[in-house]
Amino acid sequence: MAQHKVNYTQDGGLPVALTSIDKIVNWGRSNSIWALTYGLACCGIEMMASGASRFDFDRYGTIFRASPRQADVMIVAGTLTKKHAEFIKRLYDQMTEPRWVISMGSCANTGGMFNTYSTVQGCDRIIPVDLYLPGCAPRPETLQYGVMLLQKKIRANKAGNAQKAKRLM
Amino acid sequence: MRPYIPKDNVQAKSYYTDRYYVAPQVPKEDVSTDEVFAADLAAISAKFEVKESYLQVGQLVVYINAKDIYGVLEFMRDELKYTQLTEMSAIDWLAKDNTFEIFYQMLSMTKRKRVRVKYFIENGQAVDSVEKLFRSADWSEREMYDMFGIVANNHPFMKRILMPYDWQGHPLLKTYPLEGDEFAAWYEVDKIYGKEARDIIGPEIRDTSRVDRYDSERFARLGYEVPKGTKITGDEPKNPNPYQEEGGVFLIKKFDKESSKIVDDPQR
Ligand code: SF4
Repeated sequence: MAQHKVNYTQDGGLPVALTSIDKIVNWGRSNSIWALTYGLACCGIEMMASGASRFDFDRYGTIFRASPRQADVMIVAGTLTKKHAEFIKRLYDQMTEPRWVISMGSCANTGGMFNTYSTVQGCDRIIPVDLYLPGCAPRPETLQYGVMLLQKKIRANKAGNAQKAKRLM
Repeated sequence: MRPYIPKDNVQAKSYYTDRYYVAPQVPKEDVSTDEVFAADLAAISAKFEVKESYLQVGQLVVYINAKDIYGVLEFMRDELKYTQLTEMSAIDWLAKDNTFEIFYQMLSMTKRKRVRVKYFIENGQAVDSVEKLFRSADWSEREMYDMFGIVANNHPFMKRILMPYDWQGHPLLKTYPLEGDEFAAWYEVDKIYGKEARDIIGPEIRDTSRVDRYDSERFARLGYEVPKGTKITGDEPKNPNPYQEEGGVFLIKKFDKESSKIVDDPQR
């Protein structure tokens, strides 16, 4: 037993840190933003690159989940077609609150180059968006920076009250 | 057909107004210049009526009657060894004479030849499905129905393939606007939120390059952000946006640019 004993008064002090509930909840939330695997088009490739070893999303605590029920952030990576519009709404509704949305790339922001009959002209027509990332496709660095900004946004808000329901109506 | 009009200022006029431009044709040759095709054509015309035939870019083009299509393709598959239907679809000639041109692109792997079988139908007329002969026609005919509204008789599953089932209109018709009609513009809003949501969501903004730096409701200038709705004067203070907040982040070490080592050796 004796060799496992830690002397808290000497080895780096007591394992205690004082903080507020807001800070600890936001710390937890902002460092474990689980993202929904949601690559819709070519931007999805850049999203995958951001998750893979070179850019390594895991060090932000951003782990891709295959189910919206386990995800905190939906990264809309790609072209949202009108045929798919009802499913993005359904997936968004299935995510538990608090939830955030990153719109990645010109297509998800505004319809991008697809100025046509079959593309939704911006996914914010369907779901509320927190961050818009410009680019076609945005580099993985852009997505990383976006996730950092989202962390900052989460930390800036009060965690006490549950997040105000973000619905269009 | 309307004559060709040069479209000089493409930048200012992003969409060609003349959508019925007919490209110049590749010269046509007589079928007798190729023995294999001449024999095939003789075999087809012995059993079916051939309206017109010529060679173009080394391929045989045969015009037949619409009612013969199943027989012709069956004959070509079983007797003439054109075993693959690589492509089929329609061409919209409604503006010219209210017809559709249907084409079937056939490939023979043993002869290493391609034949295009074509015929015209009136607007509203149905075609005979060749799905029983070639499985590839299954989806092609559904796509033809989806894009042009041409129904294939005896098809096992005559439904839309690309557009949603409840879509209205056939997008590859030349009269269909590229940016969609009224139904297409409101499709997702009507379907998800209902027609009464149209006022709240508003019409589609199609000009994707529009940026108004004096509009602080919808746009923010990176590094010069101001609160939403502020009137922009042009001399906003620079707003440094470090990753970490000034006070530092709970339990996370503060990033200090000065004391960190910057690796500038690309080989490291
Ligand atoms: S923004 Fe560009 S890269 Fe991204 S989905 Fe659209 S076309 Fe593809």
